[in-house]
Parts: sequence; C-alpha cells; structure tokens
Amino acid sequence: MSEAVTLRAPAFRREPGKLWIVPPAALLALLFFYPLVLIARQAFLDDRGVANVAEVIRVLHSRFFLNALINTVSISVAATAGCLVVGLVLALILAFVPFPGSGFIARLIDTFIALPTFLVTLAFTFLYGSAGMLNAGLMETFSLPLPPVDFLYSAWGVILAEVTVYTPFILRPLLAAFSLVDRGQIEAASVLGARPFRIVRQVILPAAIPALIAGGSLCLLLTVNEFGIVLFIGAKGVITLPLLIYGKAIQESAYQVACIIAVVNIALSLGLFGLYRFAAGRLGA
Amino acid sequence: MLVWSRSGRLVLWVLFALIFGVLFLAPLAVILLSSLADQWNGVLPNGLTTEHYTDVISGAAGRAVKASLVTGFLASALALVSGTWAALSLRLQGHALRRLLGLLFFIPSAVPSVSVGLGLLVAFSHPPLLLNGTIAIVMIAHFVLISAFTFGNVSAGLARLSPDFEQVASSLGARPAYRLWHVTLPLLAPYLVAAFGLSFALSMGELGATVMVYPPGWVTLPVSIFSLTDRGDIFAGAALTMILVVATLVLLLGLERITKRATGS
Repeated sequence: MSEAVTLRAPAFRREPGKLWIVPPAALLALLFFYPLVLIARQAFLDDRGVANVAEVIRVLHSRFFLNALINTVSISVAATAGCLVVGLVLALILAFVPFPGSGFIARLIDTFIALPTFLVTLAFTFLYGSAGMLNAGLMETFSLPLPPVDFLYSAWGVILAEVTVYTPFILRPLLAAFSLVDRGQIEAASVLGARPFRIVRQVILPAAIPALIAGGSLCLLLTVNEFGIVLFIGAKGVITLPLLIYGKAIQESAYQVACIIAVVNIALSLGLFGLYRFAAGRLGA
Repeated sequence: MLVWSRSGRLVLWVLFALIFGVLFLAPLAVILLSSLADQWNGVLPNGLTTEHYTDVISGAAGRAVKASLVTGFLASALALVSGTWAALSLRLQGHALRRLLGLLFFIPSAVPSVSVGLGLLVAFSHPPLLLNGTIAIVMIAHFVLISAFTFGNVSAGLARLSPDFEQVASSLGARPAYRLWHVTLPLLAPYLVAAFGLSFALSMGELGATVMVYPPGWVTLPVSIFSLTDRGDIFAGAALTMILVVATLVLLLGLERITKRATGS
C-alpha cells in the first residue's frame, strides 16, 4: 500500500487536476463507507463494546433471522418474476400495438418511479383490506358474513404491491430496447405468414433479453432492499431483513443483533448490485 | 404493426387497460377518493368531505411538509454539488481509477436504506462526531441515499456532451475555471436540473433511513403518514399522502418546464 502511494506521488505532482476528486470522495468515505465499516465492527461487539462472537453464531442460526432471510429472498424472486411478466406484456402492447395516447400512458407509468412506495400499500388497504372496496362489494353481492378476500396481510400482498411499484423499472429499458427493433423485419415476417406469437418469440424477445436481465436484476436488488411496503402492510408473519433490522435497532435497542443482520443484508444487496452492473454492462448501458 | 386483425388488437388493448387499471390507476384513484371520504362502510364512501385535509393541515402536516421540503432541498443541493464535482473530476483520472471510483460512487444506491440509517446511528452517536438526535443526521441520511442518483445523472449527461465545445474553448485560450463555468456547466444544466428534481422526489418519499435517525422535532411527511396509519387514522394518512404526491408532481413538472424553457426544445 505504501509502495503504491510513493509510486503514484509523482503522477499527482505532474497533474494536479487529479486531486480534485478528493473532496467528494472524502465526503462519501466519511458519511457512507466509514459507517458501513462500523456496522461490520459492531456486529462482533456486544452493546458494552466487548468482543462477542458467540452472539453472531446464535443470531445466524436463530429462527427469526432465517425466517426473515427466506421471506426476503422468496418475496423478492416472486415480485421480480411478476414485474418481468407484467412489464413484458405492457411493453409489447405499448411498443407494437400502440393506441391513441399510449405515449402519455407510458410516461404516466414512468412517474411511478418518483412516488413513495408505501402509497401503493396504503391504497391496497382501501382496495383489498378486510373492510376494503373489494370485500365490501363481495359481501354485499353474495351476502357473506366474513370478508372473503384475505391475501393482503400475507406475503402475497407485499408481492402485488412490489409488482406495481417496480414494473416501471422493467418497462423503461424494455421500451428503449423495443424502439431499436427494426419494424421492417416484423412487417416482413408477418407478410410471410408468421403469426404474432412466433414473431414475438423469434424476432422481438431476442432483442429484449439483455433489457430483461438488467431490469430483472435491478428489481431483485430493489425488492430485497424494500422497506416501506413491508412496514405499511405490517403483517406479523411477513418480516423481511430490513424490517428486522429496524425492529431490533429501534424497538428493542439490540444494536449488535441489528448490525449482524445488516451485514448479511448488505452483502446480499451488494451481490445483486454486482449482478446488475454485470448485466447492464453487457447491455452497453 | 404486430397484430393486424381489429379484434385481436381490441383484446390486447382491453388486457392493457385491465392491468393498467388494476395496478396503477386504481391505487392512485382510491387514495384520492379515501382522502375525501366522509365515512366508508360499503363499496363506495357514504359522502365526501375535505375534513381530513383541514385536520392534517391544522395538525402535524404543516410542520411535516416543511421538514420534508427543507430536508429534500438541502440534501439534494449538497448531492448536486458533490455529484457534479465527482463526475467532473473523475474525467481527470486514469482509466482504471475512474472505473473503480465510479463504482464506489454508485454503491450507496445498492445498500438498503435501513442499513444506511443504522450505520449513521452507530458512527455518529458518540463525541466528537455526535450527530444523533440532530436534524443534520436526517439530511446526511438523505444525502447519502440520493448521492448515487445525482452522480449517475450528471455522469450520463457528461458522457453525452460533445467534447468539441470544451476543446474549442481551450484552443481559444479559455482557462480551466472559465471553461468550466461558462461552457461545461451551462451545457450540463438540463441534466443538473433533472438530477436535482429526481433526488428531491426521492428524498420526499424516503422512509427507511429516516425512521432510523429522525429526532422528535423533525418528522418528515412519510414518517408522519406512517404514524397516522399505524394509529388507524388511515383517512388522514391518505390526505397527507395526496399532499406528498401533489407536492412531488408539482416539483417535477415545474423543473421540467424550467429545463424546456432554458433549452428551448
């Protein structure tokens, strides 16, 4: 390390412009990377500051941690699959079977990226909650004594909310990829008698694969990190890693436990971030 | 055109309308409706009222809107300066270092917001860096979370910039500082405004890191929406959510108009 520094020093002297990177890099190091390192350190210290490795092993084998890990991964995979299917269907129609106003609708869906994620969960309470519109309608129509629709306070409620929130992240790269597909190729294939399904499979999908992989890995990352949706649904049985960290740190003041779980969560997220960067790099983005 | 038959197209459009209606339109419409609902026992509200709005505005909403706007503005401004600075000075680095540092500046967007908040609590709860319990720690959390997005937006703008203008300015004898202020930054302006708007919107909706670090006197809109709905006051929560949505959209549309007028497109 010291060797590298001495080797680099002359280069800095020749080009002082290189030092301009120091202020923003130092700011990020102090406010982001330094706290990150402290989380890793705190994971091995108990709340009095004494080394405690046994606690790490206990937490990693505990039921609450394993349940949260399984919940996080399975919700994330299911929501990403849903986003890919819904995003593909919407993008295909927007790009290849456009209707008057489809451009406006595409932009409208795009603005969902800027809205807070918990908005959707709150709306779902009114739509599908036990006293929501759907249940009230079904109970009135069929004179049922109890609300028949009861998926909201389970993993399915989280998954449906995440599909709504994260489909725009699939739609955006897909529409960009579809705008590059040669329309003449599709016309030619359809004049030659290829049916729409075959054109989608053999002409359009190959062009969409990189966008699907990049968008899908971004969705995996964002759904693993999602907090607002899970917090607002507030179901006892649906605890994910970010929610567990919040509960341990803020509600129980168990900082070592929170840090141990945070290390696992951050490692998982950084792995998915690497996957996304790899996929986006191959896309040329 | 992929589907030639009229009936086939109609079927696809109905499918589109169904997905769009259920997933995107219904949630927005129902938030609006419930924020105006008087009482809601059946399929539709029994009556409409603006009572929830007057309630939240006379209650916590005023302070929450102020906390969110101030936090969003300061965090976005700092992120804009630091992200632009980083993107510009990264161009002066060698290839390998540029790739590595570029990756490091993106990493905050990959780390879960709750963990960013936890890290700040662990790092800044003891002297000499005692920030826990202050407003500054909320700003820092928002700055860290949005910094990658401003950096990414400005970098993308820089990559699309034609190098000709800067080279012409240099060959005409413009010094680096003059060139930066009078050539590069004006050319970047649309990307800077877009970056600022996006990070402001992200900050307005931020929840995960804020619930970890906020002090009692600085409750942002998302946090107060959560405490309202958690208490079972979901209609007031819906009214406050509508205020948040409208504030965000007005901000984004306003910035878009400024950009369009400035670039003349």
